[in-house]
Amino acid sequence: LQESESENRLDGETASDSESKSEFGGSSPVPTSDDTPEVLNRALSNLSSRWKNWWVRGILTLAMITFFFIIIYLGPMVLMTIVMCVQIKCFHEIITIGYNVYHSYDLPWFRTLSWYFLLCVNYFFYGETVTDYFFTLVQREEPLRILSKYHRFISFALYLTGFCMFVLSLVKKHYRLQFYMFGWTHVTLLIVVTQSHLIIHNLFEGMIWFIVPISCVICNDIMAYMFGFFFGRTPLIKLSPKKTWEGFIGGFFSTVLFGLLLSYVMSGYRCFTCPVEFNNDTNSFTVDCEPSELFQLQEYNVPVLLHSVLGWRTVRMYPFQIHSIALSTFASLIGPFGGFFASGFKRAFKIKDFANTIPGHGGIMDRFDCQYLMATFVNVYIASFIRGPNPSKLIQQFLTLRPEQQLHIFNTLKAHLVDRGVLASLEDA
Amino acid sequence: EVDLEERLHELDLRGDSDIPDVPPPTDSTPEILKKALSGLSARWKNWWIRGILSLAMISGFFLIIYLGSFMLMLLVLSIQVKCYHEIITIGYRVYHSYDLPWFRSLSWYFLLCVNYFFYGETVADYFATFVQRREQLQFLIRYHRFISFALYLTGFCMFVLSLVKKHYRLQFYMFAWTHVTLLITVTQSHLVIQNLFEGMIWFLVPISSVICNDITAYIFGFFFGRTPLIKLSPKKTWEGFIGGFFSTVVFGFIFSYFLAQHQYFVCPVEYNSETNRFVTECEPSELFQMKKYSVPPLLQAVLGWETVNMYPFQLHSFALSTFASLIGPFGGFFASGFKRAFKIKDFADTIPGHGGIMDRFDCQYLMATFVHVYITSFIRGPNPSKLLKQLLILQPEQQLSVYKTLKSHLVEKGILQPSLRG
Repeated sequence: LQESESENRLDGETASDSESKSEFGGSSPVPTSDDTPEVLNRALSNLSSRWKNWWVRGILTLAMITFFFIIIYLGPMVLMTIVMCVQIKCFHEIITIGYNVYHSYDLPWFRTLSWYFLLCVNYFFYGETVTDYFFTLVQREEPLRILSKYHRFISFALYLTGFCMFVLSLVKKHYRLQFYMFGWTHVTLLIVVTQSHLIIHNLFEGMIWFIVPISCVICNDIMAYMFGFFFGRTPLIKLSPKKTWEGFIGGFFSTVLFGLLLSYVMSGYRCFTCPVEFNNDTNSFTVDCEPSELFQLQEYNVPVLLHSVLGWRTVRMYPFQIHSIALSTFASLIGPFGGFFASGFKRAFKIKDFANTIPGHGGIMDRFDCQYLMATFVNVYIASFIRGPNPSKLIQQFLTLRPEQQLHIFNTLKAHLVDRGVLASLEDA
Repeated sequence: EVDLEERLHELDLRGDSDIPDVPPPTDSTPEILKKALSGLSARWKNWWIRGILSLAMISGFFLIIYLGSFMLMLLVLSIQVKCYHEIITIGYRVYHSYDLPWFRSLSWYFLLCVNYFFYGETVADYFATFVQRREQLQFLIRYHRFISFALYLTGFCMFVLSLVKKHYRLQFYMFAWTHVTLLITVTQSHLVIQNLFEGMIWFLVPISSVICNDITAYIFGFFFGRTPLIKLSPKKTWEGFIGGFFSTVVFGFIFSYFLAQHQYFVCPVEYNSETNRFVTECEPSELFQMKKYSVPPLLQAVLGWETVNMYPFQLHSFALSTFASLIGPFGGFFASGFKRAFKIKDFADTIPGHGGIMDRFDCQYLMATFVHVYITSFIRGPNPSKLLKQLLILQPEQQLSVYKTLKSHLVEKGILQPSLRG
């Protein structure tokens, strides 16, 4: 035990948190590499550095939003692929930070193991999702059917292999680092992979459930920034000194309004409101259906308070717009906590940005830090308030039970229906 | 604005959290034992203490089994809370973070949230009929995920608000440490409880196999051990490993034979709303009915029998004991590596001679997940109670259409007699 302790005191470092000290042997700050493309650099060479930064950020923002529209146009399959790519890039960014922080880039096996765990967890989640949505396709093809039947077992076996490889790779001098990286990998997987799969679940519910939350978060970001820029005076939280209460509140109201308007526009189109389904005959995704009640215009009475303000007695709205108020409220009030969490993380590990992928903005994680809580919220919201379980899926599960179990369930259901008066009497139906 | 402390230093955390000298383990051996063994030398004294405590634990185990499923659930819950506490305490010590603002409260709060979520998802399924009758509980069940998420978010926001300038890194470390610990201890303990509800035999056989493997590997290693197995645990030997494997398979086989005969162990645990108790009474499934098997020709010469009467479950016990002997030890190696990484001898000093609760349960964790995955993949299909719960929260029109489909299916299969009285 003694020899490793002395090894840890190599650079005279102490355990105390050195945020207040700057004695890192006088090392100079590491400048961020300038990723801006040459063409932009030339075009903006005349402007002062502050405005140049503004323009770079602005242009890239427009580029990202345009890109977003393009992939929406291209359809669910492309969206799924993009979500997958973003997930992998975020995972890579966070793991790289871990490597840099712990100088553990040369740890035996570790790079391989991190990617292997990413693969395993993705395989598990995609298998669960695919089985649900592609049920008939899976049942038809023999190898897919077996893979789906024993899916959990196969995923668990794959994970265990990775776990055993980790244990076998433990090297005497690097135990602690290896455990840190193991923990780091798992927490990253928990954050990044689970949320990206929740996003895909939301997407399958209907593209509106994907677009409105993400747009609300982006809108809140931009609006809070603008309100803060023009009216900002009172600091919001020590973690992010640039945020102000004026920005926060202004952003909240703008986002709720934006959500209402965007939902109104989108609810009119089937391609956004219908659940994504896989068409077995054409082997492609289709979004075609009878719009549910949520997306049919209804008359609502305007509450008395707003009569004078708006001048209307009743208003025609989609019920979905009321849900959008919940979504935008969450995006504005709780979503920023995801951003504060990421700010705290960056300060804790003394990094300016997660990576340098997007010029002027930082890494992909920097753009998506507020989105993560949002994805989980939307998924939980849908599961709790919008739809219940899928009846056809329940019937499928029922058919695989044993006869006694089927009978028991049938009788309980019958008693329940009679209780509720849905079944008139025991002799009916 | 440039925050002076926001320099882009190359942060070297290799020397992070220097591990302090671990205080010598406190001797928590009860006084009576000490007096009784005062005559013996230190080595034999240690042996005796370990032996007596092992017997005490095994007896305690039998006692709780006798007391029934509810007591077992409570025991699993207590063990989970204790393991969580042990691992979190190690984290505090490692990071000198015992005085971090809020952190102790937050760790326990997260434990509560996650337990609430899991208990609501699993145990509530089994109490479906109980819940149906009480309106308040219905509300909790219906919006369970939302409530759990809201509770978790509160904790998350409290964490963000509790970040203090000088302690960012420590606070993030403890946050991650808490979450990984939750992932390990809480999820697995719930899988153990789900296995238990499948039938106590699915709880007893795996746990006993792991304990048996521990003990027999130790004994074989003691008498025949020569070739070291893995650098992480220098005391383990190949002879112990292989001897333990064969002994555990035989033990599992025999133990299953005895347990499979009693309904008490074999039947799924159900909650009886009338008597408000757990009951284990049923028609034993095929797995637990004797069958004739032909002995493969290779073994015919050895055993001298042509056919043998066995329970099908005994074949499954092969899979369970094999896993317990071959992969279970990796959980032990993982815990050994963890202890070496953080320079601790034992997780805690709860059990004299043995260490902490985690020391005893480190091999069990992988086992619980394996048994659960095994059951869902090979033994039974979806959980009927969960299915029922989902049926009951559908809209009435959906319920009616499902009812009609089910009825026609059951009549078709001849399970339900078609009659005027439905």
